[in-house]
Amino acid sequence: MQTTYLEAIRQGIWEEMERDPNVFLLGQDIGVFGGAFKITAGMLEEFGERRVIDTPLAESGIVGAAIGASMFGLRAVAEMQFSDFISCAFDQVVNFAAKCRYRWGAAIPMVIRAPSGGGNRGGPFHSQNPEAWFVHVPGLKVLTPATAYDAKGLIKSAIRDNDPVIFLEHKGLYRRIKEDLPEEEYTVPIGRARVFRSGEHLSIITYGAMVYVANDAANQLAKEGISVEIVDLRTVLPIDEETILASVRKTSKAILLHEDVLTGGLGGEIAARIAERAFEYLDGPLLRIAAPDTPIPFSPPLEDAFLPKVSGVVEKARWLCRY
Amino acid sequence: MGAVGPVRATQTVRNNAVTLELDSGLALSALRYMILTREVEDRIEKKLYRQGKIVGGVYVGRGQEAIAVGAGLAAEPDDILFPCHRDLGLYFMRGVLPRQVFAQYMGRVGGLTRGKDGNMHMGDLNLKIVAIISAIGAAIPVAAGAALSLKYKGLPHATFVFFGDGATSRGDWHEGVNMAAVLKLPLVLICNNNMYAYSTPLEKQMACQNVADRGPAYGIPSEIVDGNDVFAVCQAVRRAREHACSGQGPYLIECKTFRMTGHAAHDAGLYVPKHLWEEWAKKDPIERLERLMRTRGWADQAEIDQVYKDVRNEVDEAIDWAEHSPYPDPAELLDNVYGPEG
Repeated sequence: MQTTYLEAIRQGIWEEMERDPNVFLLGQDIGVFGGAFKITAGMLEEFGERRVIDTPLAESGIVGAAIGASMFGLRAVAEMQFSDFISCAFDQVVNFAAKCRYRWGAAIPMVIRAPSGGGNRGGPFHSQNPEAWFVHVPGLKVLTPATAYDAKGLIKSAIRDNDPVIFLEHKGLYRRIKEDLPEEEYTVPIGRARVFRSGEHLSIITYGAMVYVANDAANQLAKEGISVEIVDLRTVLPIDEETILASVRKTSKAILLHEDVLTGGLGGEIAARIAERAFEYLDGPLLRIAAPDTPIPFSPPLEDAFLPKVSGVVEKARWLCRY
Repeated sequence: MGAVGPVRATQTVRNNAVTLELDSGLALSALRYMILTREVEDRIEKKLYRQGKIVGGVYVGRGQEAIAVGAGLAAEPDDILFPCHRDLGLYFMRGVLPRQVFAQYMGRVGGLTRGKDGNMHMGDLNLKIVAIISAIGAAIPVAAGAALSLKYKGLPHATFVFFGDGATSRGDWHEGVNMAAVLKLPLVLICNNNMYAYSTPLEKQMACQNVADRGPAYGIPSEIVDGNDVFAVCQAVRRAREHACSGQGPYLIECKTFRMTGHAAHDAGLYVPKHLWEEWAKKDPIERLERLMRTRGWADQAEIDQVYKDVRNEVDEAIDWAEHSPYPDPAELLDNVYGPEG
């Protein structure tokens, strides 16, 4: 039976709750209601109020409580109802959680789950991609799974990890992406990218929902004889530089693609690393494809114009191949 | 069971029903920790800082020593403490040595953070002391989470979180108190209302009369206590602890006191009216305890003098040790951003 991306995350959390009695959940509307996206549906009934905690509407309070509990032997999995709201807890994430180990040796084995991404007509406050804010904070780990397999394997690794992890679930993938998952238990290592599609002529380095935009573009380009390699980062902090560099050394051309806005986004960081360490392998300029530098608009024609599209990727890939 | 309350108004509790076994031993212990706190902070602020031996800022609790020490006397060993930057006494009561504090202020490896952070930003999980971050109000939700861990495990302990009047203006103070109240967490909230947050006086900080007035808004009991009376603080904290540990949720204590110093060593506090310094100098918590001890016959002047002498000797040795503690090797820069497993 095929498992959706959403169900895969749910299964991963469920298995870790069964495996470790110190794992607990907290957030708004996660218990009785089962969460705004139903990731935690059924968990209150199975694990009880002690381990599935409906909290007041207070992101700073939720993240702070997750930090304090995780400092003293528990493993908190906190839910931000939408990743957009994590800005309300910014101080707790970047100044408290991220720095405790470095400053005074206190590990914070906490996960913050945050549904992110656009395409759902959510408008400026229910659609954002906040990864770049946190990739700039040493001490955090930031995960951006694209497949159901990785979503399950990475949420399990995140819960077992001894550092604070931001787990960005792309809302557009929740019910759209499904695949057969292994019967047996598995995890996916944090900090490792994977080659999503092997190719010869150019590399698209991407993550999250853009993996599928890249793949659709690659299918079109294949008909024109252009063979595209897609690297799915899976983890954006720490960045798996070796997998990126190996791909670029093979294809000699690279597009950096993300749904987040252009300026200060991950594309610039990855481009710099490629330029520093694989410059002599490049046969063309590094190209970034990202959303424009605007808030995420609401109305369908505006949001469609905002999100990076297959046609745009195809066009830039053709240009780069001719270069 | 059931809700706390209806809490009609702030109670100014002078509850003699919870009696404390006051005796010479307890008094001597309190006196020793208060004098040690003051001596360590005086040396840091008035000597070492001016000699250029301190790295960065200095924040002391002069005039407020009774709060940390009074609360420390009420704490059980497994209670979790979140001191703020004017609560040095709590560290000593949990076994931190003065030499570690001097080394911390000097940025040496002998400090609790090995030079990764400075001054009162220090903690030790083995001692169940959590290090503050600069935004003090941020500690309240984290302390609520620590209290949650106690409740989760069914442990009969409490978490104590300390803060000043300024922190109660912060959003996450309110989020943390509300969360702890709703989830009925064993959290004791201890405010040192010293009437100033940096240069901002109380009337520009809040429109209510007392920090304790904020308690009823969250459905939790609160009380006002004389923060310069070490035993009054201790008794209030014991009541609060009993309440918190009995499953009734958090309890707010406002300790009225005064900051007998500027915000930090660089700040002479020229914005503080002179009469306030004079008025509060007469209420010094250490002199007050000494008077009580003499009156009750718990100690004579010679015994008190001996405490001062012992503390000074201990502090002299501690400073010497700290000055010989090396600075961290720059190679440690990259250590401990993440755990050893990656």
